[in-house]
Amino acid sequence: MFLRPDKAEKLAFATLKVCMASVIIFVSVLLIHIIVNGYSVLSIDFITQMPMKRMTEGGIYPAIVGTVSLIGLSMALAVPLGILSAIYLNEYSRPGRASWVIEMAINNLAGTPSVVFGLFGLALFVKYFGFGPSILSASLTLALLILPVIIRASKEALMTVPQEYREASLALGITKWQTTRKVILPAAIPGIMTGIVLSIGRVAGETAPILLTGAAYFLPRIPDSVFSQFMALPYHLFVLATSGTSISQTRPLQYGTALVLLSIVFMMNGIAVVIRNHYRKKLNR
Amino acid sequence: MSKNENITNIKIENLDLWYGEKQALKDISIDIPKNKVTALIGPSGCGKSTFLRCLNRMNDLVRICRIEGDVLIDEQNIYGKDVDVVDLRKRVGMVFQKPNPFPMSIYDNVAYGPRIHGLSKSEVDERVHKALEDAALMDEVRDRLNDKAFSLSGGQQQRLCIARTLAVKPEIILFDEPCSALDPISTSKIEDLILELKKDYTIVIVTHNMQQAARISDHTAFFLLGELIEFGRTKHIFEDPQIKSTEDYITGRFG
Repeated sequence: MFLRPDKAEKLAFATLKVCMASVIIFVSVLLIHIIVNGYSVLSIDFITQMPMKRMTEGGIYPAIVGTVSLIGLSMALAVPLGILSAIYLNEYSRPGRASWVIEMAINNLAGTPSVVFGLFGLALFVKYFGFGPSILSASLTLALLILPVIIRASKEALMTVPQEYREASLALGITKWQTTRKVILPAAIPGIMTGIVLSIGRVAGETAPILLTGAAYFLPRIPDSVFSQFMALPYHLFVLATSGTSISQTRPLQYGTALVLLSIVFMMNGIAVVIRNHYRKKLNR
Repeated sequence: MSKNENITNIKIENLDLWYGEKQALKDISIDIPKNKVTALIGPSGCGKSTFLRCLNRMNDLVRICRIEGDVLIDEQNIYGKDVDVVDLRKRVGMVFQKPNPFPMSIYDNVAYGPRIHGLSKSEVDERVHKALEDAALMDEVRDRLNDKAFSLSGGQQQRLCIARTLAVKPEIILFDEPCSALDPISTSKIEDLILELKKDYTIVIVTHNMQQAARISDHTAFFLLGELIEFGRTKHIFEDPQIKSTEDYITGRFG
């Protein structure tokens, strides 16, 4: 409290460095642990074969297909809806009671436990709409789960676009919608992509919602439509690690599954980052 | 001078404007002549920028803003019910205080308006070249049309913004302190440009710089606390102001 400013500066800097280092250490330990333990089972067969012998051997192909389908479908549903909602909130709606209520609702949705979304998806998509336990039901549920994340990230990104761009465009006799499409949205894409990166990790990793809406314990075939049940990597991992037939024997498979799940998330994020950098470069920021 | 002497282009009658409870413009009536430069001067907060923004209805963007009175452009009330604001802004262009090019290439910045307004590729190209020529920027950017607009200097960016406005072919151009962020050399280039542009356009310019108003304008309006104090030929306003507060402002006694 009573340190001289230069001492306090040094102390603050040291503290920040320690915090940063501990974060890096934890992440590296986690990654190294998974890679070291999972590397041995990785093979072409592991990612292209069905699980065999009561899941103690074979691959995880159906779970990979399931998880990739969930990511693809839920993103296809949530990203357009989320971006358009954010555009409405930031560009069109007038500040007032109504938009305050909407903002509060979005914030609360973002904080709702995922198992609650699972129950909601079970009631609405599986039962009421009759989609059954299926990729579609699970993707719709996951889409709802990440919608608030995408809306918030997109809205933040739109808010950082300088007001001057809007004025300049409107003053040229350009409509608001054209302005939004041609100037505002492209300038906001990098920020929006950040929200999408967060969402991909979320969708890939969530277990509770898909458990209630269509993920199968064991289903050694590829789903033939969005109305099929499916296997998914996080649930498969959970099954192997807790209720499989031979937990200690399948330990390498568990690590292998975790490693594949991580790789898929990293790859998807990589794509999003490439898109983000492309737009950043285009915007010259 | 020209055949257009004394033709009124913009006629404002009894214009009042409020931001919420605060009245920012009080009973303004003024006739702005065609193909002339009209300068709006006055201390900060006197309402001159607010007034300028009434002419292309940029104040519509301010939610608490309320306007009464008539603004007639070519005898049409631009606040009338059947007026298309988007169309109005094609006719009344605006150049802002801070150069505000879009995060695109030099070419795309100028092509932006014509493209969205649906011109063909060759028409757009023609407009871009003409606008860059008219904005006296072409010689400096001819070889780098695909470079980012942000790679230009502040003064070049402002001329790019003028070119962007010209490309939409307005009849009137509003300048909101276009040189306040620029160095003297860039400023003098913009001033020369404005003098050139008045042959084809009616120009209204807000400026904090008295010398600038004296140099480039034909008519000058002096605003104070939301009121139009004096309006007349620039020569008269500067050499023989009729009202004491105008004289005080011009001679630098306040503001």
